[in-house]
Amino acid sequence: MGLKTAIIEGDVVGGTCVNRGCVPSKALLAVSGRMRELQSEHHLKALGLQVAAAGYDRQGVADHANNLASKIRNNLTNSMKAIGVDILTGVGTILGPQKVKYGKVGFSDNVITAKDIIIATGSVPFVPKGIEIDGKTVITSDHALKLEFVPDWIAIVGSGYIGLEFSDVYTALGSEVTFVEALDQLMPGFDPEIGKLAQRVLINPRKIDYHTGVFASKITPAKDGKPVTIELIDAKTKEPKDTLEVDAALIATGRAPFTKGLGLENINVATQRGFVPVDERMRVIDADGNLVPHLYCIGDANGKMMLAHAASAQGISVIEHVCGKDHVLNHLSIPAACFTHPEISMVGLTEPQAREKAKKEGFEISLAKTSFKANTKALAENEGEGLAKLIYRPDNGEILGVHIFGLHAADLIHEASNAIALGTRIQDIKFAVHAHPTLSEVLDELFKSAKVSASVSSQISEPVAV
Amino acid sequence: MASHLLSRVPPTSTTISFSSSSSLSNNLPWPSRRPSSTTFLINPRRKISTVQAKIREIFMPALSSTMTEGKIVSWVKSEGDVLSKGESVVVVESDKADMDVETFYDGILAAIVVGEGETAPVGAPIGLLAETEDEIAEAKAQASSKTASPSPPPVPSPSPPVAEAPLPVKVVSAPIPDGPRKIVATPYAKKLAKQHKIDIGSVIGTGPLGRITPSDVEAAAGISPSESSINNLGSGNVAAAAIAAAPVPAKAATPASPLPLIPGSTVVPFTTMQAAVSKNMVESLSVPTFCVGYPVNTDALDALYEKVKPKGVTMTALLAKAAAMALAQHPVVNASCKDGKSFRYNSSINIAVAVAINGGLITPVLQDADKLDLYLLSQRWKELVEKARAKQLQPHEYNSGTFTLSNLGMFGVDKFDAILPPGQGAIMAVGASKPTVVADRDGFFSVKSKMLVFCIILFEIHLSSFTIAITRAAYKGYFVYSFILATTTLFSMMGLVSDLKNVSVTLLVETGDQVNVTADHRIVYGADLAAFLQTFSKIVENPDSLTL
Repeated sequence: MGLKTAIIEGDVVGGTCVNRGCVPSKALLAVSGRMRELQSEHHLKALGLQVAAAGYDRQGVADHANNLASKIRNNLTNSMKAIGVDILTGVGTILGPQKVKYGKVGFSDNVITAKDIIIATGSVPFVPKGIEIDGKTVITSDHALKLEFVPDWIAIVGSGYIGLEFSDVYTALGSEVTFVEALDQLMPGFDPEIGKLAQRVLINPRKIDYHTGVFASKITPAKDGKPVTIELIDAKTKEPKDTLEVDAALIATGRAPFTKGLGLENINVATQRGFVPVDERMRVIDADGNLVPHLYCIGDANGKMMLAHAASAQGISVIEHVCGKDHVLNHLSIPAACFTHPEISMVGLTEPQAREKAKKEGFEISLAKTSFKANTKALAENEGEGLAKLIYRPDNGEILGVHIFGLHAADLIHEASNAIALGTRIQDIKFAVHAHPTLSEVLDELFKSAKVSASVSSQISEPVAV
Repeated sequence: MASHLLSRVPPTSTTISFSSSSSLSNNLPWPSRRPSSTTFLINPRRKISTVQAKIREIFMPALSSTMTEGKIVSWVKSEGDVLSKGESVVVVESDKADMDVETFYDGILAAIVVGEGETAPVGAPIGLLAETEDEIAEAKAQASSKTASPSPPPVPSPSPPVAEAPLPVKVVSAPIPDGPRKIVATPYAKKLAKQHKIDIGSVIGTGPLGRITPSDVEAAAGISPSESSINNLGSGNVAAAAIAAAPVPAKAATPASPLPLIPGSTVVPFTTMQAAVSKNMVESLSVPTFCVGYPVNTDALDALYEKVKPKGVTMTALLAKAAAMALAQHPVVNASCKDGKSFRYNSSINIAVAVAINGGLITPVLQDADKLDLYLLSQRWKELVEKARAKQLQPHEYNSGTFTLSNLGMFGVDKFDAILPPGQGAIMAVGASKPTVVADRDGFFSVKSKMLVFCIILFEIHLSSFTIAITRAAYKGYFVYSFILATTTLFSMMGLVSDLKNVSVTLLVETGDQVNVTADHRIVYGADLAAFLQTFSKIVENPDSLTL
């Protein structure tokens, strides 16, 4: 775009994603995926394979994750330098409109001005009160990703996608896991049908048990030979329910926005539960409801969709706007994925959300479902366990949501998310050809089995006759 | 397929017990490829023979022609719910899709035998339906005794007679803090306890701070750890372990095996069936057994066999029937000693017959062998063998034996000693019949067809000397036998010598068979066993009673 750009980085380049999030966690999950495959004797035997007992070296695994994070961080830094981005180190504070000061602790501050300012300070693991983190036996994802030790028995507080991914890693490395979930259902953020299947595959057969409908009111780290103790209280009645004695506890209760010290009060912006209020174009709204000019906030800090690629998309939307082109990001077209084995991915609405919308706006919804057991490639890999679900409007063929649970779900979802982003209708996409045999035919199945009453819309491009 | 369901004549009550689940899969129509809204009927018409026919089993249905086992997705109805014919009871996942399964009968869901998320082979009972409330308790008791045997492994291979109830908790010497304490058990320990029906509260924990670990539960259930432990090898050892492990395709992760491996040998771990056989054989070591042999003249039996062979009767059926009839007169040999303190007399005579199947050994049971006629018995036997070969035997078809018959005659073996399976009082080992020269009282030789139910009177209790004792006694036996032969020869020769004029040496060649019975000396004594063998031999030698 040709804009002069500077980044104020208070810690390490790359932020959470590269250093404490996506990158190291996927490294660990890659290890756990392989471990699981190598350990599943009967799975391998069905393929005719026999493997001597698989083992792992904890330090080696931790190094893989750390090295990967370093590599990506360096690549990112070099790329930024190569394209001419100034990297300014220090904690940034907004002094006034279009004016920012930054500086390292203990050093003098520098003040700079800029035409537009984007706040992208991200988030940190949220630790509810009563929980004492010691970084060794009571940890957050930040510590867990360093994999300093593999406990025999770890309690994971929170069964969202972070907790779920960690349970996958720990159980593959030999630990036993106990989930502590405040809501009545495990994996509350997922489509309930997918959640049920996920529970059957990811939790029930593994060395995992769970307590739902309870809060961990107090967690004491291990000390003097005593284990980590977790006191559970009923989520509704707040009555004490049970006490767990485990070797470690991982707090995965969500992430809190990191907006302290940003100086937002200098421009009359009040945070809501720590989040910076923005409109659909990521422009910051002040305490009086007015748009603060030239100030944007993207990513976890605004709380709209706490995913790395959502933040990137929001950033791109902001730059379009800065360059004079209006752009509104359709958040419903942003896919999300959970990298357990098998993976879970989704885009759009869940079934209950779709039904609610349908009731409110007065249209019908239909479902199309297919099992990975019907897919040749999945069966060839002996990974037939999986389900794909399409929620759509039968009257006009609009795709409302797609949910996939199975092998490579995180990669397969993009066909659906692209369709939603471009507004493609089912009656058009069902004629697209998918290579055989591939897992993408799972989605092909969904599109082809959907019954839409609308007819094919006009061709987007001229067909190429061969 | 649907026509099969309609045109099939419902079997009579006597044949119900024969044609159970093997025909079940043929009765169900192939479901159309629609999602879970498709429902179809299951037909739990098998009635349990030992219980009043008011409790019905709900079977794992075959939802497709390729399905061999199914997983319960969820129970639509819970225990205690009233069911009416045609209502959905459970959702089952097949190799293709999830299906709602309906009940064919009215009643009350008395017990859920296979829970949600668990797998069961097609045809295995997954729930019990009671007709009235009174039977609910009975059904529950039945469910718990039925499911005490370990849940089916992913490859459905039925295990041979395994102890029906979990073995008593092995006391592990770990320091137990005084006073009442919370039960702390790891998630996997809890899962194992649930799976093997162990009360987690009764297990002693040996983990850190007295925690109950999975290995504690496995010890309490008497099962060996099935999973190889995940090795955290520590830095630097990864490469070494990989290289060391590579040439030996061993499954278990033992870093250093106690015995050196002979180069060129391969280690093949036991299948579930082989592990069960091994376990049973080791268990038998704790039972004091003795062995009694008997020579049985099989001329008449062989003649009868020739006559009934075209009608489908096998030698196994003949022997089983003969044994059953003999057992009817000697109930103590049909008893068992399960707790070491009492006789457990069995009301039915169930003859288990050892069958070698591919890579394994199983003992299908001919139930109430004394009550069934020879032809029915043979038919039943044929069905059982087919089911055994197809690994379709139900647990009660292989673990309800009260007496076992083992025949190695087809290999030409003349006599052998069988190991007593745990939970039974006696096992009969039968060899091949061969022409035998027999000397009778008058000094005449005759070669009788003798099924030598070989006499080894061994009051050996220490098993280390078990094999030695056998050979020793065997040696003695032969010695005795040949001694008899030698002396009668001598006498007859003397007789011959003294009575030259009246010599007539009639060499009768008869066919004889060796039969050995090993029995539990806690309940079966020498005289009991000998008397049983005498009766058995009389029945075999006068086999017309077999065809009754």
